Amino acid sequence: MNAVLDAFIALLPAWTLAHAAPLLVVSPLLSGPIALMLTRGKLAWAWALLISLATLVFALVLYSQVMDHGSVTYAFGDWAPPLGITYHVDTLNLLVLLLVVFMGVLSLIYGLPSVLREIAPANQAAFFAAFMLCFAGLLGVAITGDAFNVFVFLEISSISTYVLVAMGGGADRRALTSSFNYLILGTIGATFFVIGIGFLYMATGTLNMADITVQLQGKGDDRVVRAAFAFIFIGLGLKTAMFPLHTWLPGAYAHSPTMAGVFLASTATKVAFYTMIRFMVGVFLPGSVFDSAILLLVLAPMAVAAMLICSVQALYQANLRKILAYSSVAQLGYMLLGLSMGTAAGVSAGLLHMFNHAILKGGLFMAVGIFALSYGVRRVEDLRGLGKTMPLTAAGFTVCGLSLIGVPVTAGFVSKFYLVSAALERGWWWAAAAILISSVLAIFYVGRMLEMMYLQKAPQVDGKIAKGEPVSALALAPLLLLAAANIWFMFDASLPKGLADAAAAALLGGGGL
Amino acid sequence: MSDGFITPLDIFTVIDLIFMAMLVVVGIAIVRLRDLFAVVMLSGVYSLVSAAWFVSLDAVDVAFTEAAVGAGISTVLMLGAMLLTARKAEPVLPARHWVALMIAVVTGAALLYATVDMPAFGDPLSAPNAYVGLEYLKQAGPDTEIANVVSAVLASYRGFDTFGETTVIFAAGLGIILILGMGGMVQEPKTNKAKEAPKSVLENTTHSAHHMVLRVVSKLLIPVIVVYGFYVHFHGDYGPGGGFQAGLIIASAIILYALIFGVNAAKEAVPPGLLRFGAALGVLIYGGTGIVGIMLGGNYLNYNVLNAGHPTHGQHLGVMLVEIGVLVTVTSVMLIIFYGFTARQPDISDKDW
Repeated sequence: MNAVLDAFIALLPAWTLAHAAPLLVVSPLLSGPIALMLTRGKLAWAWALLISLATLVFALVLYSQVMDHGSVTYAFGDWAPPLGITYHVDTLNLLVLLLVVFMGVLSLIYGLPSVLREIAPANQAAFFAAFMLCFAGLLGVAITGDAFNVFVFLEISSISTYVLVAMGGGADRRALTSSFNYLILGTIGATFFVIGIGFLYMATGTLNMADITVQLQGKGDDRVVRAAFAFIFIGLGLKTAMFPLHTWLPGAYAHSPTMAGVFLASTATKVAFYTMIRFMVGVFLPGSVFDSAILLLVLAPMAVAAMLICSVQALYQANLRKILAYSSVAQLGYMLLGLSMGTAAGVSAGLLHMFNHAILKGGLFMAVGIFALSYGVRRVEDLRGLGKTMPLTAAGFTVCGLSLIGVPVTAGFVSKFYLVSAALERGWWWAAAAILISSVLAIFYVGRMLEMMYLQKAPQVDGKIAKGEPVSALALAPLLLLAAANIWFMFDASLPKGLADAAAAALLGGGGL
Repeated sequence: MSDGFITPLDIFTVIDLIFMAMLVVVGIAIVRLRDLFAVVMLSGVYSLVSAAWFVSLDAVDVAFTEAAVGAGISTVLMLGAMLLTARKAEPVLPARHWVALMIAVVTGAALLYATVDMPAFGDPLSAPNAYVGLEYLKQAGPDTEIANVVSAVLASYRGFDTFGETTVIFAAGLGIILILGMGGMVQEPKTNKAKEAPKSVLENTTHSAHHMVLRVVSKLLIPVIVVYGFYVHFHGDYGPGGGFQAGLIIASAIILYALIFGVNAAKEAVPPGLLRFGAALGVLIYGGTGIVGIMLGGNYLNYNVLNAGHPTHGQHLGVMLVEIGVLVTVTSVMLIIFYGFTARQPDISDKDW
């Protein structure tokens, strides 16, 4: 496979190789304004899809460069750091970049039928423009090596996310209050984050992340640095939907337009989780600014609480997307638990779970969106008999659902297995127990949906099974691809596992805190 | 940071302390008031005091921006938003008071906790003054020949951040277009005037014949304001100013026109479709300048390559181009927001106030 990739990259012009890092972010960023100018929905969609495929090429170039050289650094304006802004790609953010790019392409392919249905024709082009800004913003947060640049791109992605969520308001007025809720909490999170960056600048005089780490040597006891850590931790915690700062998430995911829900559920909190790892373990010196007691006493309890409480909340929801949203908060708990272990094994397992959760939750949101488009299904009891009437979509849903539980033969099993073994290695038997209990709860809330689909009869109209709108191949293909990926990454997890292991080893060395 | 520097208690420090005390007083007043009109006005006052304080801190560029944004355009926009809602804020539930108070106290305690190890105010050897900041002061002259170091930093050294900020402003405009609409992509049909087509509040209250003085004075003022905007724009290389502040000033001239002569007249002069185009165009000008840098053999946003013989001339050209991008996007988005607000009908009528 790498030989094919090398052959493909050999065909590319030299400028794509030299400037892949900035173009990965700048091309979707500039495609947004152009999409707005195109004014026609389908045209803007085709344009956005073309650009997202271009970002796929840039991401693959970066992949091969990181595999060859270990990391890629790019100085904007040719200003050497710390004077200028740099992009820095290593194994840690490469995994996130690949994830966001793939999910962006799949969301765009999937999204056309639902956008044509849900968004007013005059707004469709602007909707795709907002989507591309969100896409570029998330990539920009993940790729940059500059602390303030993180904030700028966090704002681009956040503002466009608020807009995307609010666009669900045409069909579901609750989208407007959900978006407003998210806007207030997201802005508080961003403010905390930027206060933390300000403190870091006060203590170190630099904004380049690698340089901050150098300047922080021996400043572990500086109160300004400690306050910076606390502010950045809380700010990113809000963006990651870390329990109990997750209250914006269920509404935003449940009421947003279908396409926005798919993309956000599989990328937004993942990028924030990555940023948290980057700052906590990469920028702040573990063991000097903070010690593992903070992880054990603050992060781990919140992670476990999310895994248990939000799984129980998912059990009591009637709305399908609310179930999936609460489950997302619980699954973020798994990832944060991996980080809180503070060991290379734990961080690697958390990253692997981030990857797997993105592809399975993206698939589940896609399937629920297709059900809604063809039968208007929104609640659990509406799922009756869909296993018969929509066999392919239901099969995709089932595979991703089993992966969510962590059933063997699916990718979800692999990352949960590594999480449990990392917890046991650390001696955290209670964390392993929490993972198992939370997985049992997942069996119930996923099982409830599967039972409706396969064991209940479809509702009948005049003795016949009602016919829904035909499923568009554009919407079905990405779902089936993700379902297949959920099985593929069970048998060959070498790509995400390799990147996650390398990243964790680079951050924490062999041992850990 | 314990290099023994002690902040001198001279007249300037006293002035700073007075400004800070004023900010605290205004802040508390804003929190306590329920009358939204007073809150909007006081937040304008807050911004103006901040701007004055920034001048005293020698941060004139920040002061200029704060005055233009906080005291200028955002006050107008907040008034526009207030017209669409109520005049008074609803009383807050006591339970929420306590949660909010607790969060504010904890946050404040964390900030106070940090002050102990902060560098002394004005310390020339503190990290921000001694490291990269000092480097900019030394390098900006030879590297760029731009007299205003702030402009060199924000448009060249950290030009990519400013590109991001321009996109943030574009995203805000996009949000207004999508959520509120452009308020007149379709103009009010002129044939329906007899049927008393619904008009915006701003039009009802201001578009009338009695304001002869206002109309004459504003007609004289508006061109001067626009020229001043361009002066601020092109003077950004040498003194405080630049595309962002200039965009706000030019937008406020058009808003003034709309307030005096009616939103429809303003829409005829500056149609919403043009603004939609302009908001996008500004981002493309900025980002496109970076692409040109790549095509001429440099990295993204390298301006030196724009003029191979004279790198510093290239810097001037690059900074001018990206500032034009900022100007176009900022002006357009401010007007998009204004049009978006004025196009909505308030839920309550004028009489209920």
